[in-house]
Amino acid sequence: MTIIEKIFKNHSKDKIEVGKTIWLDIDVRTARDFGGAQVVKNLLENYDENYIEDAKKTFFTFDCNAPANTIGYANNQQVCRKFARRHGIRLYDVDAGIGSHVLMEEGIIHAGLTAVGTDSHYNIVGAVGAFGQGMGDVDIAFIFKTGKTWFDVPPTIKVNFIGIPEEKWTAKDLALFTVKNLKGHVLGKAIEFYGDVIDSLSLDGRITLASMVTEMGGIIGFIPPSKEVINWMEIVSNKKIKPIYADKDANYEKEMDIDVASLEPMVALPGNPANVKPVRELQDTKVDSVFIGSCTNGRFEDMKMAADILKGKKVHDGVMLKIVPSTRKVWEKMLKSGIAEQLFEAGAIISNAGCGGCAAGQIGMTGEEEVQVSTANRNFKGKQGLGNTYLASPATAAMSALNGYIGGW
Amino acid sequence: MDNGNKLFKIKGKAWKIEREGKLIDDIDTDMIYHNKYLHIVDKKEMARYAFSNLDGWKNFPELADSDGILIVGENFGCGSSRQHAVDCFISLGIKAIIGKSFGAIYKRNAINSGLAIFECRDIDKADIRTGDEIEIDIKTGNILKNGKRVARAKPMSKIQLDIYKAGNLFEYAKKMEKSFMP
Ligand code: SF4
Repeated sequence: MTIIEKIFKNHSKDKIEVGKTIWLDIDVRTARDFGGAQVVKNLLENYDENYIEDAKKTFFTFDCNAPANTIGYANNQQVCRKFARRHGIRLYDVDAGIGSHVLMEEGIIHAGLTAVGTDSHYNIVGAVGAFGQGMGDVDIAFIFKTGKTWFDVPPTIKVNFIGIPEEKWTAKDLALFTVKNLKGHVLGKAIEFYGDVIDSLSLDGRITLASMVTEMGGIIGFIPPSKEVINWMEIVSNKKIKPIYADKDANYEKEMDIDVASLEPMVALPGNPANVKPVRELQDTKVDSVFIGSCTNGRFEDMKMAADILKGKKVHDGVMLKIVPSTRKVWEKMLKSGIAEQLFEAGAIISNAGCGGCAAGQIGMTGEEEVQVSTANRNFKGKQGLGNTYLASPATAAMSALNGYIGGW
Repeated sequence: MDNGNKLFKIKGKAWKIEREGKLIDDIDTDMIYHNKYLHIVDKKEMARYAFSNLDGWKNFPELADSDGILIVGENFGCGSSRQHAVDCFISLGIKAIIGKSFGAIYKRNAINSGLAIFECRDIDKADIRTGDEIEIDIKTGNILKNGKRVARAKPMSKIQLDIYKAGNLFEYAKKMEKSFMP
C-alpha cells in the first residue's frame, strides 16, 4: 500500500481502494480566522447542541489577518473566540503564527495522523508524513461535529528526483521546478517524493516543497520522514513516533522521474505559479518590493538564508523589504540569534508572525505595475494587490532586495 | 427537507466562461470570489461578487440572474479553500457547473453545498453555445441539447448523489443512521 492508503487504513473502517469513497476519522480538526466564523455559523444553524465531537482534537488558529486590520476579520475572530471559550476548544490567537506550522511545532500534528483546516495549504503537513487537507467551511463544520469526513481514495504518483544539483539551489527552487514539471499530471492525486535530493532536505526545506503541492494541483505530497525529522517530532510531541512508509510492492498509478542535476535558482512569473523560468533569464527586471515569509518560506532557515545575504549591507535604494516569520517561535529564534537585527539593519520591515503579505494584504498590498518578488506560493492576479508578483526563494528574494533587480546572482 | 424526488434532470441556460472563443483554464478562487469580500457571511450578498475578479466577466452577476449552467475549462476553482466561491453561484441561482476538471477542494465544497458539479473532458468540443438551453441527466451524465446528446460527463458518485438529494452535507448527515453520528 502507498502512504496515503496506509494512513487511511488506520483511520477508517471501510475497505481502502483507489477511487472508492470512504469515511475517514480525523485526528486534528482546525479552523482559522479565515473560514472559522463560517464554521461556527454552520454549526449553530444546523445543529442544536453537541457541536463538537471532541474538543481536545479541535483547534482555532488565527493567522490570515493577525492582528485584524478590518472590522470584518476582527468580528470573525471574536465569533471564534467566544465559541471556543464556551466549548473548551484550544485557540491559538493572533500572536501565534500560521496554524499548520504552529500545530506541527507543538507536536499536535505529526507523522501518521490525519489533519484538516480551512486553509488550502493544509496538505503542507505531508512534510512530516501526516495526511492533511484544506477544506471549506461546510466540510470543517461537519468534521467538528462528527470527527469524520468522506473522502475519495486518490491514486498515488511516485516522483523520483534524479541527481543532486551542484550549487546555489534551495528547497524553493526545487519546489518551483517541481510545480513546473508536475502541473497537469497530478490533479486530484497523492504524490510521494523520493530521491537523494529529498533525503538531503531539512525539515524547513520539506515544508517548502510540501506547501507547493497545492499549486501542482495534487491532493497531498508525502515526504517520508528522515531520522532528523523523526527526532524533532519526538521532541516536540513528547511521544514515540512511528512514521508510515509505503510498502515495497505499493501500487502507484504512475512513476515519474524528474532530473534535478542541473537545478538552478528559479522564479515563477506573475499570474501563474507553474510558469517557472530560471532566474538568470529575468535578471533585468526591476524590483519595487520584496516579501519574505508565508507557509512556504517563513521558517528560521529561510530567514537565515536572507540574513546571510543581507548582513552588513543595505537593501537597494527605493526597494521595500517586508519580512514575516511564520510563527512566534521562528520570530523568537530570529531575535535571540541576532538575525532579526541583521535584517533590520539592512533596512527590512519585520512584522509579527502569521501569513502576512500572503493573505488579505497584511503588511501591504502592491500597487498597479509594482514589481514584487515574493517567497509565497501563489501569484494569481489580484492576490497581493494590483502589482506583478514573482515567486522565488528567500535567497533570490534577498539578492533582489539588494540589487534592485531580480536575482543578481 | 427531502429532495429524494428532485428531478434527475437539471435544465438551464449555458454560460461558457471563455475568452477569445476558448474556455478559460485555471480560474482560481480569487478570480471567482475576490479576497476583499471574504468577511461577508450573508450568502445572498455573495451573489453580487461572483467572478468579481475575472477579466471580461466582472458583470456576470447582472447578466446571469438565475437558471444558469456554467461551462468551464481546466482546473476550475483551484487556489484557496473559500466556500464563498461556491456559495456565490448558488445564491445567483446557478444550477450546475460542467468543467473539464476542477480543483480538489472546490469540487468537495460544491458537492457538500449541494451544487451539482460535473467533470466532462470534452465539454469544449460539444456543440453548445452560451444561451443554449441544455439538460443534464445526473444519473447517466448525459448532456442534452434539444433532446439530443451533445456530451457525456462523469455521472455523480454515490456520495455526491446522496448529498445532492439531501440538499447539502448537513441535511445528509441528519438523515444518516445514528450509528454514524456521535
Ligand atoms: S501563508 Fe498564504 S498560502 Fe500559506 S496558509 Fe497563509 S494565506 Fe495560505
